[in-house]
Amino acid sequence: MDAKEKIRMTRNRDQQLEMYRRMQRIRQFEQAVQDNNIAGHLSIGQEAAIVGACMALRNDDAITGTHRSHGHPIGKGAALKPLMAELMGKTTGICKGRGGSMHLADASIGSIGESAIVGGGIPLATGAGLSAQVRGTDQVGLCFFGDGASNQGTFHESINMAAVWKLPVIYFCENNLYAISTSVTKSHGQPDIAKRAEAYGIPGVVVDGQNATAVFDVTCAAVARARRGEGPTLIEAKTYRFDEHASGLTMPIPYRSETEIRDNKVNRDPLVLYKTFLLSTSDIDDEELLSIEKDIAREVAEAVSFAQESPYPDPSDVYADMFSNPINYPCHYSGKPPGNPKQTSQEPKQ
Amino acid sequence: MKETTQSTVSMTETHSKISYMDAIVQAQKEEMLRDERVILIGEDIAVYGGGELVKTFDENRVRNTPISENSFTGMAIGAAMTGLRPIVDLTIASFAYLASDQIINQASKLRYMTGGQLQVPVVFRIGMYYNIGNAAQHSARPYPTFMNSPGLKIIVPSTPADMKGLLKSAIRDDDPVLVFEDVNLWAKKELVSTDPDALIPIGKADIKKPGDDVTIVSIGACLPKVLAAANVLEQDGISVEVIDPRTLVPLDKESIIKSVCKTGRLIIVDNAHQTNSAASEIAAMVAEQAFEYLRKPIQRLTTPDVHIPFSPALEKPLYPNKDGIVSAVKNIL
Repeated sequence: MDAKEKIRMTRNRDQQLEMYRRMQRIRQFEQAVQDNNIAGHLSIGQEAAIVGACMALRNDDAITGTHRSHGHPIGKGAALKPLMAELMGKTTGICKGRGGSMHLADASIGSIGESAIVGGGIPLATGAGLSAQVRGTDQVGLCFFGDGASNQGTFHESINMAAVWKLPVIYFCENNLYAISTSVTKSHGQPDIAKRAEAYGIPGVVVDGQNATAVFDVTCAAVARARRGEGPTLIEAKTYRFDEHASGLTMPIPYRSETEIRDNKVNRDPLVLYKTFLLSTSDIDDEELLSIEKDIAREVAEAVSFAQESPYPDPSDVYADMFSNPINYPCHYSGKPPGNPKQTSQEPKQ
Repeated sequence: MKETTQSTVSMTETHSKISYMDAIVQAQKEEMLRDERVILIGEDIAVYGGGELVKTFDENRVRNTPISENSFTGMAIGAAMTGLRPIVDLTIASFAYLASDQIINQASKLRYMTGGQLQVPVVFRIGMYYNIGNAAQHSARPYPTFMNSPGLKIIVPSTPADMKGLLKSAIRDDDPVLVFEDVNLWAKKELVSTDPDALIPIGKADIKKPGDDVTIVSIGACLPKVLAAANVLEQDGISVEVIDPRTLVPLDKESIIKSVCKTGRLIIVDNAHQTNSAASEIAAMVAEQAFEYLRKPIQRLTTPDVHIPFSPALEKPLYPNKDGIVSAVKNIL
């Protein structure tokens, strides 16, 4: 992408409004999850990293997510109703109630799975890149993962392979500084995960994950590089999780200071920062953004009602979708020949 | 006589005598020629099978990987979900434990967890290099481990024809299939169809020898020993029915139960360790479903629950053998 194209994209009014819309969608969706006491790992605070990255992708590019991944399909453009229904375990859920909070996937927008095994999605997105390369398309794979996953073997193994074969993959680390309760400073030899890129001979970029435009720009550059066949990029977005690791979970020993949490919420809220940016650098006004917020509030409320009103799956359907090509499944074979067993089987040989 | 000659001629026209190893290479080559979405991923894959696949296909479709079993396995799964049909060569079965995270946590579950939105057409080839002095970390026969994870299809072919036909079915299947190959069978030869569309269905057992007195279910490479034992017993007037399930998941329960109902006696011969072996599962299934037909207790002949030692003097006696099978049969008559 040349500089002119980049400016056109990042300064495109519709795109900016869409970026704000998707960030609002994630924020309000997650607030509704909280309000309805649904168990899950919330993305609040990390919306700019998610949306900035997703907006750099096409619909036919694949993404993989993590255990904290309600936001990723939303960022990529998924409809809210099937997502909310999934969180409530309903049959209208995007995964028919078989995946739940940690396994939202919407293949129609390229979301090919979220892994509750930390680091598990990294090889999968690498495979999406391999597939694009073998099939000769210009699609890319992007995997979201956290600072915790960067210490899994799959991080090292996958990036190395992608580097060797110049696979079109973007390794997108949302570094929210804590793997549940373990600080990056106590689990990483040095704090910048992107610096590890040098060891694989690929570009590594640190970006402010609370700045949607900045994230979008660096991801666009990485995607363009991948589409040109020049290989993978490691992006590290420095971000912050506003809520606890999981809803309803309170760690008995504080691992983050109140000051740190308050400072991030007040000064580093990605939605506030982006709104301020739009109001000060474009002709978009407060009223327009407020109307987006109201639209999203209605959309989220409709999603909640839809989910609440939807039926639970029928227990007799529990075996459905185990196999694409089921062979004698599920098998409860109990067919025995008719008649008396003693007449059927032979007398013992001497 | 004339008829026999004609039949032999027609057999050689449509069949050729190939080894178990040839069957593995031919099945992959034919399927890769048939479908360009089929690719091969694994370590040192250039060197096995005489380099036949590397000679035929370019580096785009034959990916010689770094030593990263878990991630190249996951990469294949990701590629399978996005339009390819990868074959992953995990070489030595003990390495499947490294890949088991991606096989069990991702491949087996992704279709189900996504409510059927995605499919995972991938084949994992897992070679069992036991009985050749490789010691404990290279001698695994780990199919029972994977049988306990739903969502996988598991095949254990024991002859060149079964290997070729089943491996081709596995490659054409839309679900993850684990193929357990046995190096003890590599050199075994027989006539195998040259028809590139000759398939053997997954989930169908094969009666390798019909009989009336005892049913022996033989898993994988136990077959030559079981057939040799059956021949010895035949000379003593004991008629053994030998069933090779060929597929462990989904198991052809019907064929096994029908045979047990006929003979009233069951021995299962399995090279896996005894606890929770394939033999254990088959024994439990028959005990539940056909107990009233059994005249004697079910017998399992397996490898004892001890690590595979290096010294051939220690290793060889551990696996089920012909003499052990003969005496097990005689014990339950």
